[in-house]
Amino acid sequence: MRRLLALAAALLIAALPAGADERIVTGLSQNRVQITANFDGSEILIYGAVKRDSPMPADSRLEVIVTVEGPSTPLIIRRKERVAGIWMNRSSVQIDAAPSFYAVATTGKLADILSETDDLRYRITLPHVIRAVGISEEADNSQDFTDALKRIRLKNERYRVDENSVQLVEQTLFRTDVALPANLTEGHYVVRLFILRDGRVLDSQERVIDVRKAGLERFLYNLAHQQALLYGVLSLVMAAVAGWAASAAFRFIRT
Amino acid sequence: MQIYLPIAEVSVNAFLLLGLGGIVGFLSGMFGVGGGFLITPLLLFIGIPPGVAVATGANQVVASSISGVLVQVKRKAVDFRMGFVLLIGGFAGSWVGVQVFAWMTALGQIDLFVQLSYVLFLGLIGGMMFVESLGALLRSRRLGAAAPVRRSHVHTWVHGLPLKIKFRASGLYISVLPPALIGALVGFLSAIMGVGGGFILVPAMIYLLGMPTRVVVGTSLFQIIFTTSFTTIMHAVNSQTVDMLLAFLLIIGGVIGAQVGARVSQGLKAEQLRILLALLVLAVCLKIGFDMLLQPAELFSIATVQP
Repeated sequence: MRRLLALAAALLIAALPAGADERIVTGLSQNRVQITANFDGSEILIYGAVKRDSPMPADSRLEVIVTVEGPSTPLIIRRKERVAGIWMNRSSVQIDAAPSFYAVATTGKLADILSETDDLRYRITLPHVIRAVGISEEADNSQDFTDALKRIRLKNERYRVDENSVQLVEQTLFRTDVALPANLTEGHYVVRLFILRDGRVLDSQERVIDVRKAGLERFLYNLAHQQALLYGVLSLVMAAVAGWAASAAFRFIRT
Repeated sequence: MQIYLPIAEVSVNAFLLLGLGGIVGFLSGMFGVGGGFLITPLLLFIGIPPGVAVATGANQVVASSISGVLVQVKRKAVDFRMGFVLLIGGFAGSWVGVQVFAWMTALGQIDLFVQLSYVLFLGLIGGMMFVESLGALLRSRRLGAAAPVRRSHVHTWVHGLPLKIKFRASGLYISVLPPALIGALVGFLSAIMGVGGGFILVPAMIYLLGMPTRVVVGTSLFQIIFTTSFTTIMHAVNSQTVDMLLAFLLIIGGVIGAQVGARVSQGLKAEQLRILLALLVLAVCLKIGFDMLLQPAELFSIATVQP
């Protein structure tokens, strides 16, 4: 029995990738983002270092990939078609979950530094992130719809791929800035860090950034959702007071 | 100065919103309309989601109507009894409108539905107003100062219906059915289009009910306050789409613009004002209409589903 265990342990050690003694130590400039009234996007500094017990291998370069993934939501993607001269939504595809934000930052071209198998395993590039989400087959060409999702979100910077944006010093220290846009969805943003050699992931780590509305935004949002009737009445009172006060103020100015 | 709107969940420039409110307020002060038919398309244009644009537009109309009705109450130009009858219809219409709105949103056709309603009603009212005011302008040119003699009201088929009551302020003895139906239509449109409906209510009261022009504006404002208030609450409860911060900025810009507009309008003749308003309404109608006919740059759109 003991011999069997020893064998298993030996196999496990052998199965670990070469250079597994390189590990990540990381930090974030902040682990919470507060959306307040004047929120106009935020920049997160993600930094770290590689810890080694033995000298680093000389024959290959170390690469770093950082991903930031926002909370996933179900989506409907619709396509307009021309009906009687008017463009209207005709076909649609429902997606069970797609990240509301996704950013990839790397030290090099993704195609060069990441192997296809590890991309598939860790879901790093956009096609794998989006393919991983469940898609219910409602339209014939659902590929067009996921392409559209990618295209639209890349365009309004909800999805971004920034190759060569991670600075790596002496194969040990690295840092990158990830810009979060102004139109953020609330929730947990998962930061993943990978170090790679020869296209294979050596080590990875996960951190979480908590994005929350704060102050007035938090108050109004909660009120609108939890006390909808009170919120409605309050917006009327606000309108009535503003309308009355404005006309009163102008009467005062005129006389 | 960027400001993050808590319900619309977008970040927009605060001065842009103040400016939008100001322009719409200027026009509404100049022409005596609520301006809802301008604010909702403008909000859509700057990227506010349709649900929020319509619900918040209704909230903004509440404020501009209140500041308008106070003046009219002082002039005793409000027929309260007529206002209440219109209101009962208005509540029913608004309730139906909010349900239809939610249904259309679920179907993914809400943009189309809102746009079609705009093209239809703005085209209809704008066209009628343009023809009528152009005729009046030409007549006044030809005859000089002699305007056609108006009777206090004209008898039509409306006066033959049952359930008659007296509307003293309007000097009318008519059935409650037509005003209730008109109120319902206006309430429905308020919920769908985020408008007050003054542009429909005013001509309907003059031409269909035969109310004297003196009490029309005050009564219409009175009814609009309550219909849009009801619509605001319905949207707040049903779909949580009223953005108070957005409404506040629009209202502040709007009341300032309205006072300036009211001053400017004093230098213009009634016919000229009506022609300008008709052209404005038609321009908005054509813009929305063309957008529906031209191929959009991006055929696909993404909508998040509430889990």
